[in-house]
Amino acid sequence: MTTMDCSATAPVVDRAAWKTLLELSAQEVFEMMLACRITPLTDAETPEITDYTAMVGLAGKLCGVLSVRCSHRAALLVTAKMLAIPLEEVEDGCWDALGELANMIAGNFKAKLSGVGSSCLLSVPTVITGADYQTHSLANGDAIRAAMEFETLPMWITLELHN
Amino acid sequence: MNQLRILIVDDSSVMRKIVERSLRQAGLDLVEVHEAANGSEALNLLGQHQVDLILSDINMPVMDGLEFVKQVQATSASNAPVVMITTEGSESNVMQALSLGAKGYIRKPFTADQVKEHVLPIVER
Repeated sequence: MTTMDCSATAPVVDRAAWKTLLELSAQEVFEMMLACRITPLTDAETPEITDYTAMVGLAGKLCGVLSVRCSHRAALLVTAKMLAIPLEEVEDGCWDALGELANMIAGNFKAKLSGVGSSCLLSVPTVITGADYQTHSLANGDAIRAAMEFETLPMWITLELHN
Repeated sequence: MNQLRILIVDDSSVMRKIVERSLRQAGLDLVEVHEAANGSEALNLLGQHQVDLILSDINMPVMDGLEFVKQVQATSASNAPVVMITTEGSESNVMQALSLGAKGYIRKPFTADQVKEHVLPIVER
């Protein structure tokens, strides 16, 4: 079993550069796995509640949680595009698709950070669905937020870091 | 291209479908596709079915991909080559999987062309 120590020397957070990397990581995942382009949204505040929140934990040189949040409609579209099926044929599996999406964005992001890739492990994704919940992170460090436009719908990608 | 019987091991059913689709897009003639959600399920399936190629995620609950590869080698559960599909590309656990007997790896996210590039040389051996 592999373990990762969160007290390992963490990279210095460059918020602007990391936000760009987070956006690029998400764009690459959408292009390669969903065959569509997403673009950064400016001035899109992260809402308190969304229908879906997919979370992946990071441990090692980089410790924290990466989350992807979106509406039910956006989750349906993500699933349809990942499976290359018409929207009407999506039955269940939105949570599964969102979890994989978060997992790939997190993996792609850490691979882009110099010296972090091999020193940071990802957890199995967790996906919360519903309209009546709030997530509370115990992360006490920086938070990098990227809002992206996907098929005219907003998606929010957040990396919350532990110090 | 010979007809192939494959086993896809991933805790995400969506990802299992994507992998199957990518293999078909790569031109592989899949005559049997078996699916397992973790290494333990995969070992059970290998006791019931012979396969020609195994594609496995690394990060899975119950039994992860590294333990699965180790068990396949230790128990001779299958002679089929194992290709890892993971977000952890070119990193320590991928190296570990290769040292345990995996024949290659594909890093997520991937395109059908990348699947073809990594898998064809292995199935054509």
